[in-house]
Amino acid sequence: MLVLVEQSLNGLQFGLLLFLLAAGLTLVFGIMDFVNLAHGSLYMMGAYFAATFVAWTGSFVLGILLALGATLLLGIALEFIALRHLYGRDHLDQVLATFGLILFFNDAVRLIWGPAGLSLPLPAWLTVPVQIVPGVFYPAYRLSIIVVALAVAALLYIVVMRTRIGMLIRAGASNREMIGALGINIKLLFTLVFGLGAALAGLAGLMQAPILTVQIGMGENILILAFVIIVIGGIGSIRGAFMAAIFVGMIDTLGRAFLPDLLRMVLSSSAASTAAPALSSMLIYLLMAIVLVVRPEGLFPAAKR
Amino acid sequence: MKKAFWLAGATVFALTQTALAGDTIKIGFVSTFSGPTAVIGNDMRNSFELALDHLGRKMGGKPVEVIYEDDGQKPDVGKQKTEKLIQSDKVDFIAGYIWSNVLLASLKTAVDSKTFLISANAGPSQLAGELCSPYVFSTSWQNDQTPQAVGTYMNQKGVKSVFLIGPNYAAGKDMLAGVKSTFKGQVVGEEYTVWPSQLDFSAELTKAKNSKAESIFVFYPGAAGVQFLNQYAQAGLKQQIPLYTAFTIDELSLPLQKENAIGVPGAQQWVNDLPNAENKKFVEDYRKKYTGLRPTFYGAQSYDAANLINSAVVAVKGDTSKKDEMKAAMEKADFKSVRGPFKYGKNHIPIQNFYLQDVVKDADGQLSLKTVATIVKDDQDRFHDKCPMK
Repeated sequence: MLVLVEQSLNGLQFGLLLFLLAAGLTLVFGIMDFVNLAHGSLYMMGAYFAATFVAWTGSFVLGILLALGATLLLGIALEFIALRHLYGRDHLDQVLATFGLILFFNDAVRLIWGPAGLSLPLPAWLTVPVQIVPGVFYPAYRLSIIVVALAVAALLYIVVMRTRIGMLIRAGASNREMIGALGINIKLLFTLVFGLGAALAGLAGLMQAPILTVQIGMGENILILAFVIIVIGGIGSIRGAFMAAIFVGMIDTLGRAFLPDLLRMVLSSSAASTAAPALSSMLIYLLMAIVLVVRPEGLFPAAKR
Repeated sequence: MKKAFWLAGATVFALTQTALAGDTIKIGFVSTFSGPTAVIGNDMRNSFELALDHLGRKMGGKPVEVIYEDDGQKPDVGKQKTEKLIQSDKVDFIAGYIWSNVLLASLKTAVDSKTFLISANAGPSQLAGELCSPYVFSTSWQNDQTPQAVGTYMNQKGVKSVFLIGPNYAAGKDMLAGVKSTFKGQVVGEEYTVWPSQLDFSAELTKAKNSKAESIFVFYPGAAGVQFLNQYAQAGLKQQIPLYTAFTIDELSLPLQKENAIGVPGAQQWVNDLPNAENKKFVEDYRKKYTGLRPTFYGAQSYDAANLINSAVVAVKGDTSKKDEMKAAMEKADFKSVRGPFKYGKNHIPIQNFYLQDVVKDADGQLSLKTVATIVKDDQDRFHDKCPMK
């Protein structure tokens, strides 16, 4: 039972991390109708900035805040220099251009930081396990990811649904000519949305950095999961991204945790241990396929245009 | 007339081409030079180049040309690159191969074309057993050997139970099987993770912790080893369940693992401080030539691969068409290996010592690996009986 609690926490933590990445992607994709494959590169840049700034300043929190700001600025610069010229083009052009950006960022990182990768050590107060219920210890850092991600999700909800800027974002999504005609600077608005998306990706990257290593191409595998999530959740829907991310995180982790034992009941031990990882990594794609068949617009589609 | 002229031209060109090919020793080197594990490929290339420097960039009096190809850690790409090297570049030898699954995919191409293949790392059990070939030599080990040594060491320490974690591919399965074959205690759990994409081991660590095993054994080469140690330490397991490793801590991962690696033992057939003259020269010159870098066991095996090839070429005085003589020369392992002298089994896998290594702070205050003890002497892999070669 306690194992189930702990494994669920693992799943929740992974899901929330995926949410941060998927939220930025779904904002940009759903609201600006822009396919950004370079989203994973911003995730990577967030991690590299964090590793660099933490080493510079010697303070974990300060370094992370600086890295967050740097990723935001990078996102805005990227939108301003390259991506805003692609809004009117079709999706294939956007895919090609942002795929080029992936290659650009990977090589830029190789030039600046070298091919070996970096590590982002945690301060001592985050490396201790915390007792959450009697008998269950959970790494403090993973717990802090859960807290931060939940706070960001709540903040995002409030900003998009309850503030004037959120209203403008939603209005811009449904009819960008009209909102332009009403005297709103839609270009500036989109720049801000893109910057926000970049900062979210950067946040996901820098929070993941102490758990994994900071390395070239780290955003590419996880970007696929983020796309799966926005397809399951419904493109453009923050709520959908949130629910789908937690679904995917849970299914992935619980599948890995319990599938081998379940399979061992029917298969020989060695066959089960080989089949289980393959099968558990398939589960989320299976979920996506089912969702696409049953509800092609996603589980929680954004409001109709 | 014009046609005849072209034909003549083409013939002359073809002749000069073959003549040129005969004048150099051509070696293909397949390793990973892109992606997160490119640092391993770079270390192998650095060491191979250093060996060529030490050989005066000549073998048997002929200049050496090396063509490096990137397998991207993918079996299908590795196979294509092997075919390209053998069929269009017509190399005399092909060396390298970090990953067992890449090597297994590429093996048939090399063996069918009777091109000598020197594995400088991968050692899948099939290669030592039923797939052994007169044209394939290893300067590393068979995958099971290193974890077998770890299992033996755990017996010496009196460990009663273990939880095994490793990646779900050819080498991962060999490694866990290797520990199981020598470890006398109880194996309470065995987990395989998706390779190479899975980098978060929270589910596996939770299971290991709840299994109440006395120890954990893992095999995670490259960056995955850094991630595993990070997460193991963050979960607070370092104080609870001791970790034993194979190929998880090396000179490439150590600068990233830092304190997490202290006190985590591993086994290896080569350690940078092995006290023989060749090894001293290798390590010193490597650090001189590539400032800021330190050689790993991957590099040591690649250095040996170059010297093994050299011993074959010297034996036939540069005439690489004499394949039987080259094979006989290599079987003698008649070169100065940086791990110290070793013999080949009839399946062309080294019979060698395995050492216990530990992480210590060295004279420069940097973390480095150190030989602590010899775990097994003259160890031969457990698949040689399945090899039909005499």
